Amino acid sequence: MNPGKNEKIDQKFSAILEAAERRRKAFTETPVPKIHIGMATCGIASGALETKKAFEEILAERNVEAIIHPVGCIGHCYAEPVVIIDHPDSGFPPIFYPEVTAGKAQMLVKLFLGEGDPRFEHILGATMENDLIPSLMEFPRFNQEKRVVMEKCGHINPEDIYDYIAEGGYSTLAKVLQLSPDEIINEVEHSGLRGRGGAGFPTGRKWKLARNTVAQEKIVICNADEGDPGAYMDRTILESNPHQVIEGMAICAYAVGAHKAVVYVRSEYPLAVNIVTKAIGQAEELGLLGKGILGSGFDLEIDVFQGSGAFVCGEETALIRSIEGYRGMPRHRPPYPVQKGLWNTPTIINNVKTLASVPPILDNGAAWYRDIGTENSPGTAIFSIVGNVVHAGLVEIPMGVSLRSLIFDICGGIPNKKKFKAVQIGGPSGGCLNEDFLDTPIDFDSLTEAGAMMGSGGMVVMDEDTCMVEVARYFLDFTQKESCGKCTFCRIGTYHLLKILQRLTKGEGLDGDLELLETLSRDIKAGSLCGLGKTAPNPVLTSLKYFREEYEAHVKEKRCPALMCRALTAFYFDLDLCARGCDACATCCPVDAVFTTSNRKKGVDQELCVKCGECLVACPPEYDAVRKVSPPNLVPFIEKIPDKKEEGR
Amino acid sequence: MLLDLTAEDKHALENIASKLTTLKKQRRNLIPILQMIQKELDYLPRESLKMVAEHLEIPESEVYGVATFYNQFRFHPPGKHRIKVCLGTACHVRAGDIILENFERKLEISEGETTPDREFSIERAACVGCCALAPVAIIGETVHAHMAPSKVEGLILRIAIEKEMAEREKQKNESGQE
Repeated sequence: MNPGKNEKIDQKFSAILEAAERRRKAFTETPVPKIHIGMATCGIASGALETKKAFEEILAERNVEAIIHPVGCIGHCYAEPVVIIDHPDSGFPPIFYPEVTAGKAQMLVKLFLGEGDPRFEHILGATMENDLIPSLMEFPRFNQEKRVVMEKCGHINPEDIYDYIAEGGYSTLAKVLQLSPDEIINEVEHSGLRGRGGAGFPTGRKWKLARNTVAQEKIVICNADEGDPGAYMDRTILESNPHQVIEGMAICAYAVGAHKAVVYVRSEYPLAVNIVTKAIGQAEELGLLGKGILGSGFDLEIDVFQGSGAFVCGEETALIRSIEGYRGMPRHRPPYPVQKGLWNTPTIINNVKTLASVPPILDNGAAWYRDIGTENSPGTAIFSIVGNVVHAGLVEIPMGVSLRSLIFDICGGIPNKKKFKAVQIGGPSGGCLNEDFLDTPIDFDSLTEAGAMMGSGGMVVMDEDTCMVEVARYFLDFTQKESCGKCTFCRIGTYHLLKILQRLTKGEGLDGDLELLETLSRDIKAGSLCGLGKTAPNPVLTSLKYFREEYEAHVKEKRCPALMCRALTAFYFDLDLCARGCDACATCCPVDAVFTTSNRKKGVDQELCVKCGECLVACPPEYDAVRKVSPPNLVPFIEKIPDKKEEGR
Repeated sequence: MLLDLTAEDKHALENIASKLTTLKKQRRNLIPILQMIQKELDYLPRESLKMVAEHLEIPESEVYGVATFYNQFRFHPPGKHRIKVCLGTACHVRAGDIILENFERKLEISEGETTPDREFSIERAACVGCCALAPVAIIGETVHAHMAPSKVEGLILRIAIEKEMAEREKQKNESGQE
């Protein structure tokens, strides 16, 4: 089937495009100031709703005219709530303001919109080159990123389809509907795009397999079941630019010959669910989805299915089971879902980022995409970088950038003058890498070789105060809970891994525990069916490999070198530094473990202390008397603790 | 511990029963139905699982098996003030578990439970997406950033004071009307 040039499609689309451009022109050309507020989940969590309300109130109160334009997330989570104010009459370019609270919003309306003073002390930068204000592009966080998937995120209103169309959206769909499916698949294959869900399977090849399967009906699924704690790029994309994903799904469906599609999104993401559902409705209204898309003979219906929160449902066969209404347990492959998937229909499952990469690839060509990134991993990678790093948030970089430049240049390094210790890549399935790997390029193969994996793209940066044994325990705690229970090694093996790690963090480690961890980990990897079990021991194996001395300190000396494991640490007050009569620590202690000594200084009742560290924070810096030590028996004896009952309490 | 159904819950269950009749008896509807019930009642009472099983003509154990498999479904009614403590990776690295422990100690219930007076419940939450503000706790709809153990006490105290003030206000109004 080669549809060839179809003028009907062009005509229909140019009518839509014209409407979008008309709206865009009216929006950009008006001299009325525009206030763009980042309103994705992260922005709302940081108070964007209050900021928006404050803007509305003060604008009404002072009778200032301005347009409030809610946009998605720009990825700079450290700066939320983010506001960009475009005030053409002031002579300034559009200005990016970080951390705009309700009070700051009122101040900006009063002084910038009212009196033309942009308040330089609150500015991060201008969004374009100019002579007055340094541009954002001078910061590494902006100029070293390469945005393909997230290009429009944070610039358009995700709830307005015309915003996306005016930025070039859906034009690729209109173009490819006039190509044959094989041409599209070839182009995707040439681009070298690999699945962004973690495993990195070549997308073009997957599509070809689906295309070549003969069936009456085929289904496309967009996998947005992002269960990894600490990864939220899929949610952000769906909340900030849902139409790019929908366009990618439509192209995929056309290429493989499917007429049904499902977006599988977690119900924990209520905003994403709402926005995607609304976006599908808008696309149907304009004839970009539904029967006879843009006047062609191609039909596509997209449904939204809300996943109920099981990590294992990120695995494709488990995901399918859960849509069918069963417990989400993976099954043997083959048959692969492209042969026999949802309701036994051939099903092609792609990640959100994979689908969102498709429209830009087909728009700019495979060669353009191949130019970004590395030979074997072309394109960009999106990471959510969290933990002990200055500029946390979502970063989209070309593949091949080194971990060092990502963590230190782009994200500003480690806060509080602490030292870098490790980076955990790929969430519960990934691994912990130490300093020696900082010059490793980020791509599918290098990371796998180092023992980590691309995974979902969660990246946790850890400083010297983080205990690797405790981090391994945390991830195992997660995978152990999320194991579906089908394979014995995963179900029981992860339980025992967790028990051993818990033992270590409590200082009850036994000789031979480390060896046991290693053998058990290898057995779990060998004896599990799906990716969850196969990768669950990765955090243990990599941290054991690169931080073995830390494990040994836990077993042999019952000591936590990072002073993090609570059972292995203790607090006390240095009596030479402690100020007589000061009550800062005693008032903040949640369990009343601080007592006053006979010379009116302070001591810690180790039996009551829960080691929350509040006293360490509360102790005024001029005294700095709180000490944290490991193992706990290093605490000096101060004096007998007064019996509280005798005090009449 | 099974809490008794309140009158409101019973009324909501009746509503659901009538809604169920409009839905097709297809297995694929199971999870959406459970989600719908949870949306109405904030939890899945035992009675509702039975209703679903009867409607879809599958064993009750099947329904229970699916419901317990997924993290979304809860079997205890949540408290009036739902406390969620984020235990995503970033919050964990910044000691989110200490915050959780403080709530548990203060309210004398553990995670996943509700206080007997149905005032408070504690849950753990997966990443809420504001990792830069870690550690984070969510009470009702409000996100509390940069949590500390001493803040836990303050937050619960504030809720208690607000409740007391509302009651006093109510009493005042009532006595004023007489």
